[in-house]
Amino acid sequence: MKKKLLVLVSLMLVLTGVLSACGKSGSGADQEFRMNLTTEPPSLDVSQAQDQVSFTVLTGLFEGLTRLDATGKVVPGVAEKWEVSDDSKKYTFHLRSDAKWSNGDPVTAQDFEYSWKRTLDPNLNPPAPYAYQLYYIKNGAKYNTKDGVTDAAQLGVKAIDEKTLEVELENPTPYFLNLTAFFTLYPIHKSAQTNANWAAEAKDYISNGPFKMSAWKHGDSLELVPNENYWAKDEIKLSKVKFSMVADANTELSMYQTGKLDWTGKPTGDIPVEQLDKFRKENNKELQIKGVASTYYYNFNNEKKPFNNVKVRKALSMAINRTDIVEKVTKAGQVPAYGFVSTGIFGVAGEYRSEVKDDYFKEDVAEAKKLLAEGLQEEGMTEMPEFTLSFNEGLHKTVAEAIANMWKENLGVNVKLEVQEWKVFLKNRQSLNYDIARAGWGADYNDPMTFIDMFTTGGGNNDIGFKNTEYDALVKEAYATNDQKARVDAMAKAEKILIGDNQAIMPIYYYTSAQLIKPYVKNYSVDFSGNLDYSRITIEK
Amino acid sequence: MARYLGGKLFNIIISLLVLATATFFLMKAVPGDPFTQEKAIPPEIKANIMAHYGLDKPLGTQYLVYMKNLFQLDLGESMKSQNRSVTTIIKESFATSAKVGAIAIIVSVIVGIYLGMMAALRHKKLIDNAAMFIAVIGISIPNFVIGALLQYFLGVKFPIFTVQGLEGPLDYVLPTIALSTLPIAFIARLTRSTMLEVLTSDYIRTAKAKGLSPHAILWQHGLRNGILPVVTYLGPMTANIITGSVVVERIFGLPGLGGHFVESISNRDYTLIMGITIFYAVILMAARFITDIVYIFVDPRIKVSGGVVKK
Repeated sequence: MKKKLLVLVSLMLVLTGVLSACGKSGSGADQEFRMNLTTEPPSLDVSQAQDQVSFTVLTGLFEGLTRLDATGKVVPGVAEKWEVSDDSKKYTFHLRSDAKWSNGDPVTAQDFEYSWKRTLDPNLNPPAPYAYQLYYIKNGAKYNTKDGVTDAAQLGVKAIDEKTLEVELENPTPYFLNLTAFFTLYPIHKSAQTNANWAAEAKDYISNGPFKMSAWKHGDSLELVPNENYWAKDEIKLSKVKFSMVADANTELSMYQTGKLDWTGKPTGDIPVEQLDKFRKENNKELQIKGVASTYYYNFNNEKKPFNNVKVRKALSMAINRTDIVEKVTKAGQVPAYGFVSTGIFGVAGEYRSEVKDDYFKEDVAEAKKLLAEGLQEEGMTEMPEFTLSFNEGLHKTVAEAIANMWKENLGVNVKLEVQEWKVFLKNRQSLNYDIARAGWGADYNDPMTFIDMFTTGGGNNDIGFKNTEYDALVKEAYATNDQKARVDAMAKAEKILIGDNQAIMPIYYYTSAQLIKPYVKNYSVDFSGNLDYSRITIEK
Repeated sequence: MARYLGGKLFNIIISLLVLATATFFLMKAVPGDPFTQEKAIPPEIKANIMAHYGLDKPLGTQYLVYMKNLFQLDLGESMKSQNRSVTTIIKESFATSAKVGAIAIIVSVIVGIYLGMMAALRHKKLIDNAAMFIAVIGISIPNFVIGALLQYFLGVKFPIFTVQGLEGPLDYVLPTIALSTLPIAFIARLTRSTMLEVLTSDYIRTAKAKGLSPHAILWQHGLRNGILPVVTYLGPMTANIITGSVVVERIFGLPGLGGHFVESISNRDYTLIMGITIFYAVILMAARFITDIVYIFVDPRIKVSGGVVKK
């Protein structure tokens, strides 16, 4: 083997040695930041983007009416100030006069109006999958789903003049100013009107954010350079952002270790779990672990016997040891979960999870045994039938094995494990074709509602068959009011019904995200849900 | 001979049609669609998107529309990478795969044949045993192990080569080794066994008796027959390597066709699945077709008999 390698290596050296003088380019300019996207961004068209990778790239390229600063606070973006009506349903944004597109054109209120209307247009080619992020806008849902509103002029977004944008909402939405920082609400340059493929190549790409796109080698790499027309260009110190698109986590780590990346891991990369454990044990200073406002849980099929019985559900949930799971299986500092709304989400004055404790139930094997026996009896069963726990590929298997083992030991029930290909799994889960299925939910915006409104009766993401009128009423109540205290109270009550009273799902842990960051990378900001804003990074070597 | 080639060509077209049809229906039989995702999009939006891509029509209609477009060489747009046509995706990623693949093939053929010849000439001597030992290892160790080992030792531990990407010529070294190990081993073994047979045959003895130099015997008479099986193997191998190795491209992070192959399926990117499958089939069949033509030159019996040779 060795000999052969030697032969081959020397052969290759002979073949390529002559050319090696013009070898690879060095690490480049000092202020260059490099990270991995894992895949090609599926779409960098503001209307079409809907995934983490596209979002990460768009964060540098665009700026919305507002921005979130390093602490997650809303700060002015393209809008320098705004007024909110008394009923919180009407916003008037005043755009700054020096906001410009990368080609020098001024950013106008019409650009926002155009962008939002374009995204909501049901006849867009192809229709925008994330259009529902704009359903907060008055008539947004009706127009997008062709439900009685066919005229875009009836939408609650209107440019009063070049620099004034008036927005009307369906409901008072306390987190609306967070949403205006979100990528679906970015403006789009008018050139998209005549060039539907404006977002396909670097040369046609016009953006209004801190950076502009300088190169896009599809499937390989993407480069951003500072936008000299950006109104706050003095805040931007980087001279280049380079994204690679390497699918393999081990290769990504090797690239980081050999100095080809400055950042590895979340949000768009990954650290192999066995390596992560090693870094944690050796207390690696470059390793950062942070909560990401996502919850890992198991779906109970609430419509299927015996999981339709609350005592059976409670028994299963109380019979596992979550601390063991996070410490011995997942090993990335996750937090055991006893509620649904994850850590890191705003409540009334501070974090929701600190204000509303997730003490809805306790792990208790003896109680679980008793509940299981009672529950089965109520269903006319003498013993727990063998059931299936399904999950998709990846780490979920080890978690499932651990939980199945706990159930077997603590309750004496037999569970069959079934790994399914991702889309097959989703299809089964969405059509309630399972007994118990792995699930996870990440926050779309920083409010408990992003979790709570999921399980309303007939809701699009309610894939557990949960139906509870009281729950629905509480969600409605929280939607209708503008008083944050009343909203949070209603949502906390709803969460208690979901978990405490019904144990409709089985919470397992709150996710964390892990990344390795070179010590010379400063001034990055990672928001509550793990999104990275790299625009203000400085490299201090 | 024209009949021989014409027949082959006809077979290729029929095979492609069958393949495209089978792939189309198998692909649609798999649960899920390009727009199945964890965060369910409202049913109205989804219906709207499905209608846009014609996925709301009956399967038969979808098939006819696809085949009609296919005959006009229109492979459609990718359903995952918006604004990108399948043709462009294949063209760009094939360029990378073909470049790395071509180097690997050249290396494999030269090194493989050389090792095989040496082994045959020094039959049962040290060099023979050594070459065959290497060949066994090359065949039995999968390329993802070789790739990962190379990357770790020559990329991370002793950073002589880059761990990822193709920026400079040296960056081709590791992927090439990983890609060519198996073909080298295979070609070496093939060459050796045929050469052993050839070198003991009557016409070689005749050539020796005529007093030809060993050099001329080996290169002019021996090799021509000796590499026949290699030529057979070379066709499919070329198709296989230039269309991209999923594993090697993944390990070294190369933007080749191999990655799209796997990803398109997990994304249910229907147009891309069809496009790549058909493209791969065309390459494979073209390689076989060329092999058949090369045969005519290497083995004159085919020309005489119009293709009916008992082998």
